[in-house]
Amino acid sequence: MNWLTAEHLALVFGGLTALSILLYAILDGYDLGVGITLPMGNEAWRDTAIASIGPFWDANETWLVLAVGLLLVAFPAAHSAILHALYLPTAMLLIGLILRGVAFDFRAKVKTQRKVYWDYTFKAGSLLATFSQGFMLGIYVMGLQYHTGSIIFACFSGLCVTAAYAMIGNAWLIGKTSGELQLHAIKHCKIAGVLTLSGILAVSLINPMVNANVLQVWTEPPLAYFFAAIPLLCFAMFVIGYLALKRLPLPKDAGAWLPFAICNVIFISSFIGLALSFYPFVVPNQMTLYQAASSRESLLIIFFGAVVVIPVIAAYTAVAYYAFRGKADGLKYY
Amino acid sequence: MLDTLILSRIQFAANISFHILFPTITIALGWLLFYFKLRFDFSQHPVWMRAYRFWVKVFALTFALGVVSGITMSFQFGTNWPGFMETIGNIAGPLLAYEILTAFFLEATMLGIMLFGFHKVPRWAHTLATFLVALGTTFSAFWILVLNSWMQTPAGFEMRDGVVHATDWFAIIFNPSFPYRFMHMLLASALTVCFLVAGISAYRLLRGDNKKAPKLTLKTALFTAAILAPTQALVGDFHGLNTLEHQPQKIAAMEGIWHTEKGAPLVLFAIPDAETQQNRFAIEIPKLASLILTHDPNGELKGLNEFVGEHPPVAPVFYSFRVMVGIGMLMLLVAWWSSIKLVRHKTLTPLHLKLLIGMTFSGWIATLAGWYVTEIGRQPYLVYGLLKTRDAVTTVPSEHVALTLGLYLVLYAVLLVLYIKTLFWLAKRAVEVEEYDLTMPGLPENAPATDKATGASA
Ligand code: HDD
Ligand code: HEM
Ligand code: HEM
Repeated sequence: MNWLTAEHLALVFGGLTALSILLYAILDGYDLGVGITLPMGNEAWRDTAIASIGPFWDANETWLVLAVGLLLVAFPAAHSAILHALYLPTAMLLIGLILRGVAFDFRAKVKTQRKVYWDYTFKAGSLLATFSQGFMLGIYVMGLQYHTGSIIFACFSGLCVTAAYAMIGNAWLIGKTSGELQLHAIKHCKIAGVLTLSGILAVSLINPMVNANVLQVWTEPPLAYFFAAIPLLCFAMFVIGYLALKRLPLPKDAGAWLPFAICNVIFISSFIGLALSFYPFVVPNQMTLYQAASSRESLLIIFFGAVVVIPVIAAYTAVAYYAFRGKADGLKYY
Repeated sequence: MLDTLILSRIQFAANISFHILFPTITIALGWLLFYFKLRFDFSQHPVWMRAYRFWVKVFALTFALGVVSGITMSFQFGTNWPGFMETIGNIAGPLLAYEILTAFFLEATMLGIMLFGFHKVPRWAHTLATFLVALGTTFSAFWILVLNSWMQTPAGFEMRDGVVHATDWFAIIFNPSFPYRFMHMLLASALTVCFLVAGISAYRLLRGDNKKAPKLTLKTALFTAAILAPTQALVGDFHGLNTLEHQPQKIAAMEGIWHTEKGAPLVLFAIPDAETQQNRFAIEIPKLASLILTHDPNGELKGLNEFVGEHPPVAPVFYSFRVMVGIGMLMLLVAWWSSIKLVRHKTLTPLHLKLLIGMTFSGWIATLAGWYVTEIGRQPYLVYGLLKTRDAVTTVPSEHVALTLGLYLVLYAVLLVLYIKTLFWLAKRAVEVEEYDLTMPGLPENAPATDKATGASA
């Protein structure tokens, strides 16, 4: 095992952490998105929308636990520094997640008149959690500093993430529903898409302006070509997505999953762009992956576990998605 | 203004106390549901499905609260206790990682199939999912208790530059207090669920529910408790002997022994006074503590005077221990008395049912009390002998911790009230509706036309 040096392991764990953050953003992103845009005017729609995420939300949130866990176990110093700086927004995120998690279950169990209050709680919790995540991302991008500029930027970033989750949430609903609710989702997906695109453009302009390191990475060949390709790819996806949304729904529900697939590409490419622009730092401009990594022996123990277990997790996750394929219908408890 | 250390301690204690309420239920309730489901699969008798259907709702709600409060827990290390991971991260890290990888994903994914997949997957797969959820919660308890036990009785490591490094993973996992703690916690969970099920079933019966399911669950719960309550007392006794070996000052605090003595009495009740270093208003049984802990009526027990500055605050440990053991004894009495009456008369009187309703959440109180003994009894250390609590705390300003603590407390109080109200509301509704109707779609083809035991309405 000598070929697996401490540097390799730091890189592998950096990659794993990034991967679980990305998976979290996509997976919990769509279910938070469904929460954000829950149609309050129509109870049947709300039931269907929530039914479409019912079997998945818990597992989706587990990716957050894994991401934080990996950061904690592989880069303890970075974990402390980041969570120290993000103490209050983290608490807001947690309160948001608690509210929506319990609302999801309470709404199905309480007296019928009370259900709508839980639906509001669900929506508010989803919004709070999403906005906090965007806010945290914003502060992180600004080098974990608080000043007027960085707070304004972080609030803006909070709105962008909200738009992006709303977009992917509606894209999920397009695939999972039919009829009027699907039309509703198509409409909202378009609006959220436009907002997300403006957000991504703005962040791409501001990020290199505040982080000297980022500017250097983005403009220095050969990586510069790659960084030029990412916004182009993203932009192309938005255009294709918009054209597709204009034509949907098609007969036999053709292409209903296309928007969701496109959202995935947008999330993945934006994330890669962001992650690479910070590499090799885990704490922007302060601490690199290699400085923050924990001891080699401990990382190896986790590494072997992860190599065995992650494929198994992928397999049974696939089974679950297969079992609940097709349009969402009313969920019944058993 | 309280300082960051004390606020962080209160916040951690509040968060974990809130969290542990729900795992305590889900761990054992998962296995109970698996049992109901198996009985249904083998007998096709709808009453088992009715029991399953009612309790799976309780399970779902409890699980949701467990998950969201658990997510809060996993952030706590970084937000409030940075010194914890920086010192023992090399041990705690892999243990937490294995918990996430082998337990959290399993239970969270299978839960979807268990709750919503009855019509979507073959019957055996649904039963399998129920099994895997129960297994996942038990794995989770396994890993987190390994970590917690290691913090009490560290083993299999060496210190290099003030940081712990693992040397022997087998010794770490099966550290001296782990087997006792794991058994004791699983039994605590089982007993908590027994009394929860008995209490809610008694509530349904008292409200005039004459279906068969609540009678069946009442009986199952009380008979199980009658066996487990004495087992728990036995395991707890072994647990105490083991603690005496590894953490004598914790035992001294639990028993209220201020000065080393031979033939120490068992203090049933007293008011420990830290000022004067003695117990006031003590009711004692002579020599019994020495007899229980050393198997010799004149055996010597070390007192707190041998651990000046190194022992926990006495009063909370002392009282908590008595609350736990007291409830343990009460559970034993109630479970036996009820079981005997059930065997003899087949039913319980309304007054008896009311007693059971009163005990619905007794397991929670005993479990919390037990954890307070264990955790406060470890103070001033966070990791026994290695890391003091005050050295691990964050430097976040105390106002921020106070703010978040306030928010959590309000949220938890509201959720707890709503949770308990909802359980009783579910029970009330179950009196009127049929949990598992034979005319419902998706029923297995070979289901019996009527419930043989009670005729049309079971
Ligand atoms: C003896 C058992 C036990 C103890 C001492 C703890 N937990 Fe726990 N935890 C569980 C038993 C459990 C469980 C039974 O596995 C839960 C409860 C309901 C559930 O969903 O899983 C759970 C859920 C749960 C979750 C959500 C998992 C998911 O997404 O499915 C997290 C992140 C944690 N816990 C973290 C912690 C931390 C950081 C703890 C200690 C400081 C802790 N738990 C103590
Ligand atoms: C692996 C699991 C656990 C870890 C890592 C852990 C760790 C800690 C930490 C960091 C503290 C703060 C120090 C302090 O407040 O004095 C603490 C205290 C405490 N923990 Fe645990 N704990 C665990 C499990 C539990 C559980 C399951 C409970 C159940 C209720 C619990 C109850 C408490 C309480 C009540 C305190 C406060 C003690 C005090 O204030 O003196 N702990 N523990
Ligand atoms: C009836 C006799 C009982 C005895 C003699 C007993 C003994 C003990 C002892 C000695 C400890 C402290 C271990 C340590 O940290 O060193 C403990 C902890 C604990 N007890 Fe009990 N106990 C009893 C009943 C119960 C009951 C009925 C419950 C719950 C239903 C319970 C739940 C717990 C829990 C959750 C802990 C903390 C976890 C642990 O350290 O195992 N106990 N018990």
